[in-house]
Amino acid sequence: MTTMTDPPQESFRLSMLLNDTRYRSYTFQFIALLALVMAIAYLMSNMFANLRDQGLFLSWAFLGEPAGYDINQRLIEYDSQMTHWRATVVGVLNTLLVAFLACVTATVLGVIAGVLRLSNNWLVSKLMSAYVEAFRNVPVLIWIIIIFTIMTAVMPAPRAFRGDEPDATMLLGLFAFTNRGVYVPAPILGNPLFGSAAMGWLLIVLGLVGSFFGAKALGAWANAKQELTGERPTTWYITLAIWFVPLIVLLTIMGLSWDIPALRGFNFGGGLTIRGSLIALWFALAIYTGAFIAENVRAGIQAINKGQSEAAASLGLRPGRIMNLVILPQALRVIIPPLISQYLNITKNSSLAIAVGYMDITGTLGGITLNQTGRAIECVLLLMLFYLTISLAISAVMNVYNNSVKLKER
Amino acid sequence: MSDTHAQTVAFVRDTQLPPSPPPASEVGLVGWLRSNLFNGVWGTVLTLLSLYAIYAILAASLPWIFNGVWTTSSLAECREVLDGVRGGCFSVLTERVNQLLYGFKYPAAEYWRPNLALVLLLVAALPVLIYTLPRKLLIITALYPFVAFWLIWGGTILTPILGLAGFVAGYFVFQKLSTSSFGAGFFGAVISAILVWTIGGWLIPDNANANALLPYVPSRDLGGFMLNMMLGVTCVSLSIPLGIVLALGRQSDMPIIKWICVVFIEFVRGVPLITLLFVASVMLAYFFPPDSNVDLFLRVVIMITMFSAAYIAEVIRGGLAALPRGQYEAADSLGLDYPQAMRLIILPQALKISIPGIVNVAVGLFKDTTLVSVISMFDLVGMIRGPILSAQEWNGVYWELLGFASLLFFVVCYGISQYSQWLERQLATDHR
Repeated sequence: MTTMTDPPQESFRLSMLLNDTRYRSYTFQFIALLALVMAIAYLMSNMFANLRDQGLFLSWAFLGEPAGYDINQRLIEYDSQMTHWRATVVGVLNTLLVAFLACVTATVLGVIAGVLRLSNNWLVSKLMSAYVEAFRNVPVLIWIIIIFTIMTAVMPAPRAFRGDEPDATMLLGLFAFTNRGVYVPAPILGNPLFGSAAMGWLLIVLGLVGSFFGAKALGAWANAKQELTGERPTTWYITLAIWFVPLIVLLTIMGLSWDIPALRGFNFGGGLTIRGSLIALWFALAIYTGAFIAENVRAGIQAINKGQSEAAASLGLRPGRIMNLVILPQALRVIIPPLISQYLNITKNSSLAIAVGYMDITGTLGGITLNQTGRAIECVLLLMLFYLTISLAISAVMNVYNNSVKLKER
Repeated sequence: MSDTHAQTVAFVRDTQLPPSPPPASEVGLVGWLRSNLFNGVWGTVLTLLSLYAIYAILAASLPWIFNGVWTTSSLAECREVLDGVRGGCFSVLTERVNQLLYGFKYPAAEYWRPNLALVLLLVAALPVLIYTLPRKLLIITALYPFVAFWLIWGGTILTPILGLAGFVAGYFVFQKLSTSSFGAGFFGAVISAILVWTIGGWLIPDNANANALLPYVPSRDLGGFMLNMMLGVTCVSLSIPLGIVLALGRQSDMPIIKWICVVFIEFVRGVPLITLLFVASVMLAYFFPPDSNVDLFLRVVIMITMFSAAYIAEVIRGGLAALPRGQYEAADSLGLDYPQAMRLIILPQALKISIPGIVNVAVGLFKDTTLVSVISMFDLVGMIRGPILSAQEWNGVYWELLGFASLLFFVVCYGISQYSQWLERQLATDHR
């Protein structure tokens, strides 16, 4: 008869902290945490010592002081007497403006180039490859500078438009391309409802949103009808009416007119001014990122199994419908996540504005405000916080999207 | 009836007809043109548009290139030579080529040093790039950073030797201790390396740089394309190990380590590189001890390395996630511990999957080194926008300079991406 006994209780030895898998992970985590806390404490103590030497303390009061510098491209009212905080907000809006414009343009360019790169046309596909390779392999900063140089050094000065036989003329009499910026006609609301022009534009945006939902409802109604009877009612003219009738009515009521830029004195007056720096940043980001988006689009389309289009063809679908009903819905699942991360890249790369003097948040808060007030730590932290917020918001949107299109598998 | 019919079958072919040739419009040059260039109205329109675009680009650039002037000493002189003809003033490149490549302060007598460092870089990179070469050659690669440091900065040779000595000491301690436990080996190596560096730091005299074999060049004198190359090579090679550590940390079961890595990666990926460079130029100085003076180059290297390490970590995490679960389980069932499993089973496969992503990050990072011009370092772009374009004789020569810069970056980046595609094909072990 044998008796089973427990193995002798092992007494705890110090080396078990490193060698025993039960304790080892605690040791490592403890060391990591300790190292982190000590590093942070060390850096912080250095920082406070350095700040004390300079007679500075962390404070956000500078944001309330007058900024004292001008911003020539802005979306909201601003003058140099307003506070640094107001300048920062102007910068934020400018960042969002250029990011939005560049995202839209880059998507259009990228989708066109990506689809054309898969074209049967040998010349076109080679040309698109050349575009993609040329733009992907050269730094975006160089592209920004190149386009900025075109806008400032190649475009004629406003005085070239003067005289009886001017060196330069306005495009269609409406657009003036000068080295100080591009002047385009500005829409003016003569008698906006609810008093201010901003309210009038808000009303128009609301109208467009309403049209969007109206058109969607119409489409849903047509689909239901088709399911029920097998015949799809013709709706395209109703859709057009839903989009345009309210818009035209609203604009007519509020008295839309166009303020066309004209040469006044030494410069153009009236109209909207788009500075060369904004255009340089906008187009450089769009063309550069468009090359990346083209690759994503191409990869997305190629990721769809050839069997899918063959199966669709054997069901009797026409090529256009194969693309719309079978290929694209599946390709979008592949295309959209990298597309959104390209949008994120555009937003982050828009900080290169500082190289051409476009006053986005990096130019205002991280540029002039930082240099004027010397509040390096506060400014850089605020700047990072802004970009981090945008990045996290975009990632959150991406996660929601990914979950919604995830293949529902069992 | 039927058999009479059977008799009346008049014709049964007993040989196969030779296939008739396809119509002339479907083969040869004509067929190729029809299917590839003039495929329907839409295809024809696209072809004509492309032809026009190519014509416009060539018509604008070819005369400019071929009429170019290469030997004048200022823009005014160049315009005189051109005499109204359309042409480029490439003489700015011939006259300022040294500034474009080395910056405007690097002593001209020492240009051979960065050149030699570049040649040695290619030699040292070979064992890494071409994995069929004998593994012993990796020793050259390991020695390269110290040699290159000495060549480019010059000064006393004791500094790089001390750096090397620290690593060698760490390596031997690791070899000794890691037989019993990886943790002991790791911490022992770190501690011994730090010991060697600290003691050695006391031993090197302060005036060691005074009359060294190679004259000392301070970091602020580096510039031009050399600076881009140095930043790119240094930061990529430093960030790959750091990225691997971060990726493994993010996958770890230990919550504290995992969250440190997650926060670091997401934070760095969420902010633009420019803000990190601002940190390097205006903020990092606050975090160092009050009387220390860490030079800008080192601060920038630290920040760019952190930046690219976060991106590389995400790429490698993708590679780790793409490995089948069975690989981890197989490693466990062989009785390998964590470091062994990672080193022998997981990482070789995960890194192979990650190569295209890592190369993408590396190319992107190399392009992003131009951003240092924003914090007033004189890299290639900084040289063009600063000293050269503001010089009186070359004020206004944009396209030649920017074209040169684009060309340099294009050649390097395109070369790297072609290499990575070659490597992918070489490493493809699945038979598809």
